[in-house]
Amino acid sequence: MNDELAIEASGLAKSYGGVRVLGGVGLRVPRGSVFALLGPNGAGKTTTVRILATLVRADAGQARVAGFDVVRERRQVRRRISLTGQFAALDAAQTGEENLRMIARLAGLPRTAARRRAAELLEQFELTQAGRRLVGTYSGGMRRRLDLAASLTGHPSVIFLDEPTTGLDPQSRLTAWRAIAGLAAEGVTVFLTTQYLEEADRLADQIAVLNGGLLVAVGTAAELKARVTAQRLDLTCSTAGAFEQVSRLLADRVVHLDPAARIVGAATDGSAAQVRALLDQADPARDLVASFAVRGATLDDVFFALTGPTQEVAHV
Amino acid sequence: MSDALIMTGRSLRLSLRSPDALLTALLLPVMLMVVFVYLFGGAIAIGTSYVDYVVPGVLLLCAVTGASTTAVTVCQDMTGGIVDRFRSLDVPGTVMLAGHVTSSLLRNLVSTVLVAAVAVGIGFRPHSDPARLAAAVGVLLLFVAAISWLAAASGLAVAAPEAANGVMFFLMFLCYASSAFVPVRTMPWWLRGFARHQPATPVTETLRGLLLGEPGGGQLAGGQLVAALAWSGGILAASVLLSMVLFRRRTA
Repeated sequence: MNDELAIEASGLAKSYGGVRVLGGVGLRVPRGSVFALLGPNGAGKTTTVRILATLVRADAGQARVAGFDVVRERRQVRRRISLTGQFAALDAAQTGEENLRMIARLAGLPRTAARRRAAELLEQFELTQAGRRLVGTYSGGMRRRLDLAASLTGHPSVIFLDEPTTGLDPQSRLTAWRAIAGLAAEGVTVFLTTQYLEEADRLADQIAVLNGGLLVAVGTAAELKARVTAQRLDLTCSTAGAFEQVSRLLADRVVHLDPAARIVGAATDGSAAQVRALLDQADPARDLVASFAVRGATLDDVFFALTGPTQEVAHV
Repeated sequence: MSDALIMTGRSLRLSLRSPDALLTALLLPVMLMVVFVYLFGGAIAIGTSYVDYVVPGVLLLCAVTGASTTAVTVCQDMTGGIVDRFRSLDVPGTVMLAGHVTSSLLRNLVSTVLVAAVAVGIGFRPHSDPARLAAAVGVLLLFVAAISWLAAASGLAVAAPEAANGVMFFLMFLCYASSAFVPVRTMPWWLRGFARHQPATPVTETLRGLLLGEPGGGQLAGGQLVAALAWSGGILAASVLLSMVLFRRRTA
């Protein structure tokens, strides 16, 4: 066992009714770091989290969390972790304060300590005012914040967050990000899953990309970005002929082609210098490109790059 | 043990915060009793005061309507994601469910007292003694516990809270097709066999015997008591086991 690792897993496999969800996943998460498991719907993210959080038993493979085996030493693991699932796991008919107090009591705090902890967390997550209201009246962002507060209640050393910002509006997402960054600042290990590259980029020290139950890449955000395109320059061509020409001129920079809309997408870091250079390269006579847009790479682009057949063209 | 108390407190609080469900569980049996006594009672000639006859049956119905809340809340817990939080806090599934069942027992105690008070108000005159009254409460509580665990199991078995409610309608039918509201001998011949040999009849008859233990109210037949305890105990044991299996399967 390695003391420096909060999570250590190898060969995790799981099938449901003959359908393989995980096909042998291994992970190493250092203590005190933020780890993001990035992947599309159905990639196996939730299953991985549930195995690590002792809720589901893997068909094969081993995992240790906070130094304990997730199957044989389940109780010890549970005492050191917390899990916040995709749905806000709170009682709508209890107030925020009541929810936190209940969770603190279940985590083993005596009555008065539970009350104190609930008040502390409400303050930390800027919910003191809302603490006396029923959770049913909260906005999505407030619920998420309370959910995150709940995950801290028992002073866990490892926190699992399953898609913590899915379904939130941009403003609430920012607030949730601040809250998650706050968790990391407390020194706990955070293991989160996400569908958003930007989220992983912002929060995580290490990112693992999961697709179809297998890890396709592991590394820091910078390392992954070196392998995939961080931004995409989309050029809308004036004619079908121009579309052909531009895609030929950009050659190995092309990461996206949409003939119907006459859009050619090229990998870029988004800097003005590079965008200018790309425009010159694509359109030397200045009559092929009608308009352009720079957009963040989507997860599709990442998978296109990491798993697609044109992997060789997908570098910055 | 303390986890069980916390879970019971939570379940009670949730019941209190859902006043429509609480009112339904409290008022529906009272209203049904009033309907039976004043609307149907006049046409039902059983040779004794109908209000005396029907009160034990209403108490049974009370248990069933009260338990449907348990089915719905258990189902909500399973579908809403909070079950994962409890499990990751190392709260065993049985403790989670026991919290709901205990709160169901307490809710039922309240509705039973309410029904009894209204019943006395409209002419119910029990002939009992403290020992038999205590025995009646015991029989009823065992039945409520059995039905509540069955409700918990059905909450685990179905995918949506609405469906959990549907299961309880079937149990209400069991009450109607028993000696709870009309004597079995007045039913069509093909229904009598079923009506006599299903749990609601022996439990009703036992309550009747214990509460109205004198001629006209019917004597307590030992066979009915044994059958009532066996049915309730059997349903209780089977439902607890079924709940544990279903919980494990639901969370696998």
